[in-house]
Amino acid sequence: MAVVEHENPLVEGLERLPVHPTTLVIFGATGDLAHRKLLPAIYNLAHEGALPERFNLIAVSRSDMENDEYRRLARESIAKYSRRQADEQVLDKLLEQVRYVPGTFDDDSVFESLGQELGKFDQEAGLPFNRIFYLSTSPAFFALIIEKLGEHGLQRHDDADVRVVIEKPFGTRLAEAQDLNRQVLSVLDESQVYRIDHYLGKETVQNVLAFRFANGMFEPIWNRNFIDYVQITASEDLGIGSRAGYYDSAGALRDLVQNHMLQLMTLLCMEPPVTFDADEVRDEKVKVLHAVAPPPPEDVVRAQYTAGMAEGKDAVGYLEEEGVPDDSRTETFVALRLEVDNWRWAGVPIYLRTGKRLARKVTEIAVTLKPVPHLAFEAEGSVGVQPNHLVLTVQPNEGVSLSLGAKIPGTRLRIRPVNMEFLYGTSFLSQSPEAYERLILDAMRGDPTLFTRDDEVEAQWHIIDPILESWGRDETPLAEYAAGSQGPEEASRILAPGHRWRAI
Amino acid sequence: MSKTAPEVPDAGAVWAAQNTTPSDIEEALRHLLQEQHARDGAHAPARVLNLVVIVDRDWRGEIMNRLEQVGRYHASRTIVCAVETGRQTIDASVAMTIGGDVEGDLHLTRERVLLDLGEKHLAKLDTIVDPLVVTDLPTLVWSPHGHPEAVDALLHMAQVVLVDSVNEPDPTSALRRARELAREVYVVDLAWLRTTPWRERVAATFDPPRWREELFTIDGVTIRHGPESSVAGLLFFGWLGSRLGWKPGTLTTVNGTARGTAHGRRDDITLALESDAGQSVPGLAGVEIHTSSGMSISLDRGPGGLIARRRDRKGNEQSWTVLGASRGEGGILGEGIRQALLRDPAYRRALDCGEALLR
Repeated sequence: MAVVEHENPLVEGLERLPVHPTTLVIFGATGDLAHRKLLPAIYNLAHEGALPERFNLIAVSRSDMENDEYRRLARESIAKYSRRQADEQVLDKLLEQVRYVPGTFDDDSVFESLGQELGKFDQEAGLPFNRIFYLSTSPAFFALIIEKLGEHGLQRHDDADVRVVIEKPFGTRLAEAQDLNRQVLSVLDESQVYRIDHYLGKETVQNVLAFRFANGMFEPIWNRNFIDYVQITASEDLGIGSRAGYYDSAGALRDLVQNHMLQLMTLLCMEPPVTFDADEVRDEKVKVLHAVAPPPPEDVVRAQYTAGMAEGKDAVGYLEEEGVPDDSRTETFVALRLEVDNWRWAGVPIYLRTGKRLARKVTEIAVTLKPVPHLAFEAEGSVGVQPNHLVLTVQPNEGVSLSLGAKIPGTRLRIRPVNMEFLYGTSFLSQSPEAYERLILDAMRGDPTLFTRDDEVEAQWHIIDPILESWGRDETPLAEYAAGSQGPEEASRILAPGHRWRAI
Repeated sequence: MSKTAPEVPDAGAVWAAQNTTPSDIEEALRHLLQEQHARDGAHAPARVLNLVVIVDRDWRGEIMNRLEQVGRYHASRTIVCAVETGRQTIDASVAMTIGGDVEGDLHLTRERVLLDLGEKHLAKLDTIVDPLVVTDLPTLVWSPHGHPEAVDALLHMAQVVLVDSVNEPDPTSALRRARELAREVYVVDLAWLRTTPWRERVAATFDPPRWREELFTIDGVTIRHGPESSVAGLLFFGWLGSRLGWKPGTLTTVNGTARGTAHGRRDDITLALESDAGQSVPGLAGVEIHTSSGMSISLDRGPGGLIARRRDRKGNEQSWTVLGASRGEGGILGEGIRQALLRDPAYRRALDCGEALLR
């Protein structure tokens, strides 16, 4: 058998490919995201033997505490939030490799201590570890931390890779995102930057690509000739909970549309990439975003929920939620109509809709095909004939359903729609990893496919920014919808004649 | 250890009959599914894999217990054929189980068919089992108590056979049987799966470019294994040899340790396969690899993962733990079921190379 010297011949057939020894640094390591998502994800990777052969974790945060105190907090978080019960021996060994560096992110001594800890790990091992800096902090600190990393020479490492994972939101307006990109890229190369959108780490979101590009039957109809319109819905039945501080400054448009929903749209509309190389995929996604013009004000509806019922209980309105200003004009619902102006999609409305306190929690992409050109059954009273809908459900009950017209049993040729359903859960044995497990591992492996590139995030803001601009000038009262409902009636205003929202 | 809900029987969905036929059993399966769906539309039948298990009647309970411990990796439809000496007729029972492992408001249901049959049925077992499997799903056959004639009868309708080479009486016959089966179907070997963490770790150890070149200077490999698991060691050798282009020599056993050589592109490689009486579970106990440059690495079982040691050419030694939870034998079987849906091209080559060491 021929052995290629420059490749590792031992990796063939292995499900888990080797990952270079890595030290992961979490900034904001006492925050909610770290406790609920990052630490449990790291534990689960350790449990499965998926972490690099040698792995260290450095936690950086303002709270003043010793290593052992942080290890105790990490143990509690993992016990509480991990998707599997922790194996105490694995957890003990993982926590042995954890160090805590206290201090504020503008304090040079923090970065000096960090550099020393990183150096110690390298020295003890006798090799340079790759370094991943995970910014799980308020966005206000992103630029500062990266600047400090640069000032302290931590943005490069001889014979090893340095990568920086940046949490969302990446800016709150286009200009801010552009500024942040400039600041980030004045210290780092784009290849070192991993802007995270955890939606892309979800198996079912990645399945949109598999569905489109692994099945020949859909591609011939995946265009303006056969598709009438597309609806992408991300609805929540919950309110804002204790997140008033964040949510009131963000709103539904920034919270979900600018990132997650536009990502879903790009996956649905992109051309097939030549390969699944990171830049090939991202190039195709960016082309879709560039083909979308910002919607005019009449194609956007925003609204706030008012008091209603949720899960059989009284639910307060948004303005009555704790921490929300009485005069808040933050939208808890937004619906918009976009068009992807290219040969494949021109003229096909793409409706996006998201909101809090709606009737049900669901994330789905619904593709409505054009009606048949001639209905031979009309004389038989086939009132039930409807265009076919193809629905890709992202959560919950991940799956694909296709509505078809079928004959109602009986002597007359009458038609009604029936569903052909496929549920991912029925067809796979494996438990999907949490999105953060996949994304942390990808960052450690240096695979940026599921992360957002600089031009991609700016292209997203180019679509969203004019909406925010027009809202800033608009003083008309916001539309309203009752908690637990299908959303505001005004949402129908943006639909083309004959189109209708699917029931949430 | 998963937090997912365990499988529980659906009390309303059971059927049993004595002296029955495959067509009656198949009809019962269809009725039970229809009745369950009519009772509660939130149940969705899992449709991933058929598993056909052939067991000795006296040990059926033990195998059923093992199948209960596979975590999430339950087959969609499990058909257990319990072989009873002298039995002339077929008794059967069918039960539905409900798992709580689908997100949202749906529950997966799976079907379990228990057949009591005699040795006389084994040579034509396909005529009994074929009507009972879900059409268009891959079928996995596992026969932990031997009965090769039953496996052979099912080969034309199965896509995958699960074997555990450590259970065969000797390594030579184990590898020969696995190779015979691999000509007909895809083989998942639990002995091979037990080596997976070791293979992953050795691959990772030599992955950094500064150490990758050392792969081609390996001049000694010592494998320690559980008392009945020499075949796992052979497969590990076979993996290294097939991946690195070694020409295998012959192993000879003296005082419980098998020794031999393989011929590499630069050096000869000495091989040693040692039984570790202190290990109570099947599989490997330790791996040690030396290179001609004076470097050595070793992996041993330890708390929380594998303990890795590296000694460089100057004699400096380092030790660390490569994290990973033990899967246990239940986890290994579950992994075997999961692997039935994947394809690992490295096994066949490792099998060929490992078998060559025994010639």
